[in-house]
Amino acid sequence: MTDKISTEGLSASQTATGEQPAPKGAAELRPMWQVILIRPEVMTFVLLLIAFAVATQLSPFFADATFILESATFYVEYAIIALVLTLIIIAGEIDLSPAAMMAFSACVFAALFKLGLPIGLAMVASVITGALMGIFNGILVLRFKLPSIIVTIGTLTLYRGLAQVLAGDRSISGFPTWFIGIDWKYWFGVPIPVVLFLIATVVLAVFLAFTVTGRQIYQIGTSPEAARHAGIRVQRIKMGLFVLLGVASSFAGMLTASRLASVRYDMATGGELQMVLMVMLGGTYIFGGRGSIAGTFLAAWLLIVIATGMNVANIQITSQLIVMGFLLIVSIIATNAIYARTQR
Amino acid sequence: MEELRTMKNITKLAILAVGASIFAAPAIAQDPVNIVYIPKNTGNPYFDSLVAGFEDACKEINCTFSQAAPATAEATSQIPFITAQIQRGVDVIAISPNSPDALNQVLDRARSRGILVLAVNGDLVDNESHRDAAVLPVDFTKTGPGQVELLGSMIGYEGEIAILSATTDAPDQNVWIAAMEDSLENNPKYANMSLVATVYGDDEPQKSTTEAEALLQTYPNLRGIISPTTVGVAAAAQVIQSAGKADTVKLTGLGTPNQMRPFIKDGTVEAFQLWSPYNEGWLAAHFAVGVKAGEISNEVGGSFDVPKLGSVTILENNVMNTQPELTTFDSSNIDDFDF
Repeated sequence: MTDKISTEGLSASQTATGEQPAPKGAAELRPMWQVILIRPEVMTFVLLLIAFAVATQLSPFFADATFILESATFYVEYAIIALVLTLIIIAGEIDLSPAAMMAFSACVFAALFKLGLPIGLAMVASVITGALMGIFNGILVLRFKLPSIIVTIGTLTLYRGLAQVLAGDRSISGFPTWFIGIDWKYWFGVPIPVVLFLIATVVLAVFLAFTVTGRQIYQIGTSPEAARHAGIRVQRIKMGLFVLLGVASSFAGMLTASRLASVRYDMATGGELQMVLMVMLGGTYIFGGRGSIAGTFLAAWLLIVIATGMNVANIQITSQLIVMGFLLIVSIIATNAIYARTQR
Repeated sequence: MEELRTMKNITKLAILAVGASIFAAPAIAQDPVNIVYIPKNTGNPYFDSLVAGFEDACKEINCTFSQAAPATAEATSQIPFITAQIQRGVDVIAISPNSPDALNQVLDRARSRGILVLAVNGDLVDNESHRDAAVLPVDFTKTGPGQVELLGSMIGYEGEIAILSATTDAPDQNVWIAAMEDSLENNPKYANMSLVATVYGDDEPQKSTTEAEALLQTYPNLRGIISPTTVGVAAAAQVIQSAGKADTVKLTGLGTPNQMRPFIKDGTVEAFQLWSPYNEGWLAAHFAVGVKAGEISNEVGGSFDVPKLGSVTILENNVMNTQPELTTFDSSNIDDFDF
């Protein structure tokens, strides 16, 4: 997780747009086009354009904004979480439990609602549950100094198990009509979950790029040691991110509950891999210190376009999985190669 | 240059002519009914036979057929596929649902766009209003008791038995298991049979094998296993065969003849049951085309004729069955079937 070799150069190239002067050791400034081209988001964007063009060729039914937005509603639930996960990965940690957190917080919501709690309070309880799960992850990782990948593989099983204990094998439904079908409700012609995704993207992008804490997240991921010596409250920021992920998971869980009009303990099973896929495809470096919200945003749309494009063209799922796996490998290799170049 | 242009013009004309003929053809006959079938998941040979029923029907009657399947049988995995089919503008969605209620919203949406939604091989239990009709192989209320009777006859109606099912929430299996429990409890004929465990192999060969092995380990006095799912019964047969326990532990369940043939031939399994999934596809296609052409009215109590199957009646909840009773397969008849 730590990469102590070139902390200075890394953080400086990361804040290329910022006020910091170029580090002394760096070579002369690159031409603008190179700076832009070597950003991994650009590759994601190019892939997105290619995917869109191919999908349009594959099926005459694809290029229809209403359909794409409608289909996006099931993927943005994961994408909203992937945005927060991007911050965690940039900070040098990972969390594989959000899909399970979605399920458990949604089960808490549904179970309390069934017990007769007003639906608003049930929602609040769900968000609190999400935050508590985030705190639990955070304590295990930060206080006990355990690797986050191991901790969250453990808690993903734990939270899923709690959801099953709470909800059993039955699905919980019977929500009021206003709560059901948020994916069919529109703001300015865009389904509400997609609007929420757009808002989360803007807020988190601004937070990461322009606030002190946002910049500190990069520092932490680049070198936690150096960050600590620089007076950055590493533990506190990381804990904040774990909690934020729990809260985001709870929101995503309620979006799913609204879309399906029912809650089951197996909600979003396997979703963590799609979330990680979005972050990786967006060019965020798995070992921390680099990445962007814009990349994850574009990657989410890339996945949406690929999945819906292939579905609507009736391409067999086996071929779809091959395409996805291939993309992931290509994106990881490309991201690594790009960063290796910038470090020279 | 001039020649090239002439060539281009000729090509254009040819394309126009072909195009015209394509558009002219359906103008004479009615447009074929566009049917899509969404099985539970890919790689399940059971559904291949069902698909063959659809395909053969569409060779003879006025429909076109395609299928689309998710990779896993998880409750919500079919939703993106349903949305895509709505967008493709199909006329009929036939689906073997992975969940009794998670699909309600998206199926409602399909129906609101004029698509005929058929549950095939499994129903939306307690959510029947979210599909137009269901094509089920047999009267499922008889399946559970039928399986108990078959196993009972093999073990002399006494001893410990266990059930190896699919997933914990598979709607049909749960209906059958409930009926099995009911028969065992209330029918005096089965008073000496006791159900010691119900385990779930999730319709995955590996997990089903592990669960079956665990049953043999945990219950040394086990006399019989019922596995009402094609994946589970094949896995259990393999386990009993490897353990050499065919004489002490009797196995029955719902399986396909091709998967179970070796176990019938070597005596591991005496008999198992199933229906013809092929006929389900065949019936669903005929029903869909009939309804879309206005020849069949989808009303409870109505009936219509289907080639090879005879008269089919629309039962309560708009359910149709392809056959009245389960077919029992044993060494005497298994070679008559190939699916």
